[in-house]
Amino acid sequence: MCLAIPGKIVELRGNVAVVDYGGVRREARVDFIPDAKVGDYVIVHTGFAIEKMDEESALKSLEAWAEVLEGEQ
Amino acid sequence: MKPGALSEKILGGIFREAEKIGKEVKFMDVCGTHEDTINRGGIRSLLPDNVKVFAGPGCPVCITPVEDIVRMMEIAKQKDMVITTFGDMYRIPTPAGSFADFKAQGYDVRVVYSIFDSYKLALKTDRLVVHFSPGFETTTAPAAGMLAEAEREKIENFKIYSVHRLTPPAVEFLLKAGTKFDGLITPGHVSAIIGVRGWESLTSQYRVPQVISGFEPLDMLASIYMLLKMLNEGRVEIENEYTRVVRYEGNESAQAAINEFFEVRDAKWRALGTIPESGLFLKKEYEHLEIRNEVDAEVPDMPDLERGCRCGEVLRGLILPDKCPLFGRVCTPRTPVGPCMVSYEGTCNIFYKYSGLR
Ligand code: SF4
Repeated sequence: MCLAIPGKIVELRGNVAVVDYGGVRREARVDFIPDAKVGDYVIVHTGFAIEKMDEESALKSLEAWAEVLEGEQ
Repeated sequence: MKPGALSEKILGGIFREAEKIGKEVKFMDVCGTHEDTINRGGIRSLLPDNVKVFAGPGCPVCITPVEDIVRMMEIAKQKDMVITTFGDMYRIPTPAGSFADFKAQGYDVRVVYSIFDSYKLALKTDRLVVHFSPGFETTTAPAAGMLAEAEREKIENFKIYSVHRLTPPAVEFLLKAGTKFDGLITPGHVSAIIGVRGWESLTSQYRVPQVISGFEPLDMLASIYMLLKMLNEGRVEIENEYTRVVRYEGNESAQAAINEFFEVRDAKWRALGTIPESGLFLKKEYEHLEIRNEVDAEVPDMPDLERGCRCGEVLRGLILPDKCPLFGRVCTPRTPVGPCMVSYEGTCNIFYKYSGLR
């Protein structure tokens, strides 16, 4: 099952990170996030971070949608 | 802007575009989590009458061949080992019982959340630990990552039984077999691994419009809107709604790990048959990591499904579960008849879970 919520890396030891999901903390491997650092938001799938999530761009894309739809009404 | 206001706006856009289209259109999702979001958000009931969403083969556990599950158990009868697998795989029925039944007979089967947990278990014991490893690209990458570590650290008591499968060949297979849809709601996290480019040939060869979608109800609505708009504008393209995670090239480090360990071959999908170039098998140089190369077992041919179970049609996107006469009566998550009712990613299970919302 895909977890939609990004978690925040709060600790990092080699390829093993501790990821915080708004208070709940879980271990996750970051083998595939070569430049992972504490503070990054990641999407975790079955215990592995598969990609970083860019929070700012998330908000921007939603705003962009709002504008597109605004213009069409 | 509040999410509520935004979803109203997107819905407004969907209704406008749907009216413009003026005929029935059918979209398909191929991801259990998308299907979950669609049900959780009650999205089908919100859509205009001429916009239908169907679910395809989005459940890796559902399509894992019965023969492989049974062979894993036969192998464990021949050699002492701990089998690990995911919670839903553990309960999938076969004519020879499930892993849960196998455990009840005294064999050591443990449920894990991640292949990392199996690996950690192997570090703590001298016994052989074999991870029965199903899943699409998103789960194959973690398997490859763990195998890489086992190789680096020379851990010899950790192996897998690979039943990994690729998603684009399954969609291609459905198209060839005649399942008709006007657009694909493309799985976001598979795409995080294989990138936008991993889906391009489907659009160019089969002229299927696609939108790569995230997992919030708002993402699903936006994707449906984008598909309708593409149809109205006569464009056949692949668009990315989930830009906050998915990049054009995907996660190249995950792709490299998968390519290092696995090669692509034809493979069987439960209730669908053999799909060309759709299975991931360990390469020759890593065959010591695959348990089947150490111990093998003959398994007789078995029926994929119990009589009356329409899981095959559900997985092909031909029917929704409520068309199955067994749904909710004979077949429930507590008394599942077919794999689609067991897995959290199975369409029947998801429909049952949210049936109160309809
Ligand atoms: S409801 Fe049960 S019997 Fe019917 S298709 Fe789904 S899994 Fe099979």
